[in-house]
Amino acid sequence: MSDAVAATSTTEKLTTADGKPLKAALARSQARNRRRAFYLVMPLLLFVVVTFLIPIGQMLSMSVTNTGFYSWKDRDTGETVPLMVELREWFDANPAGTEPDEAAYAALRAGLAHARETKSIGQIGTRINYEVSGTRSMFTSTARKAERMEPPFKEAILDADDEWADPKLWAAMRNASKSVTLDFYLAALDRTRDADGNIVKVEEERAVYVLLFQRTLILSALITFLTLVLGFPIAHLLATLPLSKSNLLMIFVLLPFWTSLLVRTTSWIVLLQSQGVVNDIGVAAGLIADENRIQMIYNQTGTIIAMTHILLPFMVLPLYSVMRPIDPSYVRAARSLGATSWTAFRRVYMPQTVPGIGAGGLLVFILAVGYYITPALVGGSSGQLISNLIAFHMQKSLNWSLAAALASLLLAGVLLLYWLYDRLVGIDNLKLG
Amino acid sequence: MTEPANRPFVEFDRVQKSYDGETLVVKDLNLQMPKGEFLTMLGPSGSGKTTCLMMLAGFETATHGEINLDGRSINNIPPHKRGIGMVFQNYALFPHMTVAENLAFPLEVRGMDKSEREAKVKRALEMVQMGAFAARRPAQLSGGQKQRIALARALVFEPELVLMDEPLGALDKQLREHMQFEIKHLHESLGITVVYVTHDQTEALTMSDRVAVFNDGVIQQLAPPDELYERPQNSFVAGFIGENNRLEGTIESIEGSKATVRLKTGELIDATPVNITNVGQQTLVSIRPERVEFKPENFDPGAHTIEAEVLEFIYMGDSFRTRLRVAGHDDFIMKCRNMLGQERLTPGRKLPISWHMQDARALDPM
Repeated sequence: MSDAVAATSTTEKLTTADGKPLKAALARSQARNRRRAFYLVMPLLLFVVVTFLIPIGQMLSMSVTNTGFYSWKDRDTGETVPLMVELREWFDANPAGTEPDEAAYAALRAGLAHARETKSIGQIGTRINYEVSGTRSMFTSTARKAERMEPPFKEAILDADDEWADPKLWAAMRNASKSVTLDFYLAALDRTRDADGNIVKVEEERAVYVLLFQRTLILSALITFLTLVLGFPIAHLLATLPLSKSNLLMIFVLLPFWTSLLVRTTSWIVLLQSQGVVNDIGVAAGLIADENRIQMIYNQTGTIIAMTHILLPFMVLPLYSVMRPIDPSYVRAARSLGATSWTAFRRVYMPQTVPGIGAGGLLVFILAVGYYITPALVGGSSGQLISNLIAFHMQKSLNWSLAAALASLLLAGVLLLYWLYDRLVGIDNLKLG
Repeated sequence: MTEPANRPFVEFDRVQKSYDGETLVVKDLNLQMPKGEFLTMLGPSGSGKTTCLMMLAGFETATHGEINLDGRSINNIPPHKRGIGMVFQNYALFPHMTVAENLAFPLEVRGMDKSEREAKVKRALEMVQMGAFAARRPAQLSGGQKQRIALARALVFEPELVLMDEPLGALDKQLREHMQFEIKHLHESLGITVVYVTHDQTEALTMSDRVAVFNDGVIQQLAPPDELYERPQNSFVAGFIGENNRLEGTIESIEGSKATVRLKTGELIDATPVNITNVGQQTLVSIRPERVEFKPENFDPGAHTIEAEVLEFIYMGDSFRTRLRVAGHDDFIMKCRNMLGQERLTPGRKLPISWHMQDARALDPM
């Protein structure tokens, strides 16, 4: 038998005993196992596709969708009706910055009249209102009169409301007249287009997003740092104690995990509010004057304290899982080689915990960047994060495209961070538990 | 001890150690080592040998007593100031550093400048024949290579005392034997003092100048390897070092260095009494299998013989083992060299056996 194998291997392709190619036989014998393995992971695969990939895809497409001024979906018939067709043609024919002429106003009138007919004028007004506030009512009132207007339409429309001559309004309509746009990303970065189509900063008082992105990143970094500083010694203690004691301590670390997020956050309100436990104790002990109670909640401090507490286990667990298998003989070896305990820690112990620091840091930071409930409850106005604004656009202003653009930027930021981490530390060094 | 040095280099003086305040792991340890000695602490796990090593290295504190190094008490000196090299069982090579960085570490923390550091690292690597591996990481090395690097790292800063905690425990047999020689040669060529901990008696016997046999927190015997093997002081040492046949009995009579022992089954045998003085005392006679004789021409004239029945004959290659029934024991082993013309005993045969009196040692019954 071994002779036969040796002979065939020197000539050409290996075959099985009955002459079939060996590779094909191997593939066939493994196909069954591979198929079974695939069936086992299929539910999860479907779940991930449905709950993760599709929503992200939708979010990305929503962030560039600009249909408010472009098309209208009739609720009764279900048909999609194009809007402002004539005006869009005029925008295509004339470059940005062109003074709107009679033809432009005629196109606008036709569009407004059509919009009133199809009951889509509310949507159009809302869309332009995102960019030029106070215009929603202008659209509805002018559209009411559009049906009966006589040429010249420019005069007729300006008669109805002389705000129609505002070049900013025309720039906004031009921007809104494309079905796909990156303008929501501009808006998410506090940028807009002026009348000539150039990208400019929005007015000081309307610029909120960049500030909030900055605040979110800074607070998240601070919270990550705080969880690291607080979590590192705990994780070390857990890793070095005998298992029976460390299990008990681990329960205390995990206890917050098993308690409702809402309960934990509200208990911070009980503790930190100006008539709360901490202030009361301070006053009773004479450390704080009764009239100068410290404001620790409904501001950034509240957000930081509550989020650090809530995210701490996400730092402790990866650190613990990295520290547990580090043999104490490494530090002993360093000590016997002449290193002080600080040098041994810095040069020998700490570098070995880097995968845990990285994993914990990444985990906490990513969670903090997207955190919503806690800042909403204890953040006041100065402790709000970008996710609170995303929620605002989802629920209140209904500017879903802007919300999607903000969320996409957040996603891009996190991916960038992930990439950076991979470059600096190496993602295969990540150890989550 | 027997060394001429007036001051021991390493000294344990009435050292005791307890972890929980209830039991003593090390009980009243007294030990003196001259400079340049290779001393092995041998014992079963839990016998206190590793604890002694850790106290010497400074990772455990003695509950009572003094540990002196070169005439100075080191009880209150932190480990990094003791200047003791140490090799760990799992090597403890820093995984995030290359081999060269591992070796440079002890020099770096001593503030040595770079060129001197590099020269020393190079020399240390060549000493263990690992010069080509300077840029590797520990994970890329085999067990034996890691062991050499660990050794080189413990020696690179030229300590006078090197501690080794079962350094060859994780290696396979062949490599272990090879490394035993290398360590021994390094010890001889560098003139360092070595304290070596192991539970492997072969390792202890082949490498050491002296062996301290630990059991139950006490040194049972401290002696050179040959003395330990041939003249064990008590039944624990006799049983722990090498193979050994045991026969229980009572002392019938003592004449100088000769004791006659009556076994439980009534036979009389000759033995050398060790720490035994009273007639009528219980004793355990220990005889090495290779010292048992069955050819009458080799018997000591005038010595007692004892009847034995061959139960099993085992061919071992270089030797034959014969399992005998002697005085009611089924596990009495006799070992003979596989020489030309050596007789192979067949099971069922009955024959008298004997031994030289100094090969049978009447020890305290444990």
